[in-house]
Amino acid sequence: MEEESQQGFSLELLRSGDRAEIARLVDAHSTKIYRLGLKMLANPQDAEDVLQNTFLKAIQALPKFEGRSNIATWLYRIAVNESLMLIRRRKPEFDFASKIEGDEDDELLLTQFSDWCCLPESELVSSEAQNYLDKAIQELSEKLRVVFILRDIEKLSITETSEALNISEAAVKTRLLRARLQLREMLSKYYGERLDAEKIE
Amino acid sequence: MKEHLNCGALLESLSEYVDGVLGDALCKEIESHIADCDDCRVVVDTLKKTIYLYHKTSEETQIPIDVRERLFHRLDLGNFTQKKKQA
Repeated sequence: MEEESQQGFSLELLRSGDRAEIARLVDAHSTKIYRLGLKMLANPQDAEDVLQNTFLKAIQALPKFEGRSNIATWLYRIAVNESLMLIRRRKPEFDFASKIEGDEDDELLLTQFSDWCCLPESELVSSEAQNYLDKAIQELSEKLRVVFILRDIEKLSITETSEALNISEAAVKTRLLRARLQLREMLSKYYGERLDAEKIE
Repeated sequence: MKEHLNCGALLESLSEYVDGVLGDALCKEIESHIADCDDCRVVVDTLKKTIYLYHKTSEETQIPIDVRERLFHRLDLGNFTQKKKQA
């Protein structure tokens, strides 16, 4: 009988609860899941909760994992749900529907045209700049943020992102463009100021 | 050559363009447009840089050793904590 495997993991061993194989799976994906939690929630303790809950649920569900979707995409899907659940628990009064509505209908807005690409790399990735990058991503709605994280940070394809989020590829593309443009606006304001300061000096 | 593309039309194809998955004909149109339209050129360049910066700065984030250890214990995989390969 042909042995079923995915990305070098034996699905038979994973389904049967083989501890060594599960440990290998956890090691291969834990950084990605932790990073997703950090970017979604901006808090290391919350990211750790997302990480632990994701793998607890995955291990529980492994015996029934059919292998139809990619195992990494499947783990991301669990982690996204865990992140969203934690966000909802943190902000119970938050009206998600109203924040989500409008995201895709809003006009694409471009107001910043400062050409900050020429700033030195050391300034673009300084620790202050990195704090700003983290803050800016939190300004996106959850719906846009998660698409940006999966596609542009974790480098999933459009198809994988749509599978992980259970939304159409068209919706991924629309949200991705909005997320990217909103972040570009915010970064342009930030780096534009640095550029102006450099010119004055 | 006269430009056919306006700034609004460019915006709709922007993601595909920066991802390098846009067809040749539209790609050429965008390139000829941004050669003449400075604002659009800046938008394209800074958008590419935005994506690059997020990816680059996130790549360095690794799971901290103590977080990994607690995870393995929580998952009842404590016996396997020593097997971590150097990243």
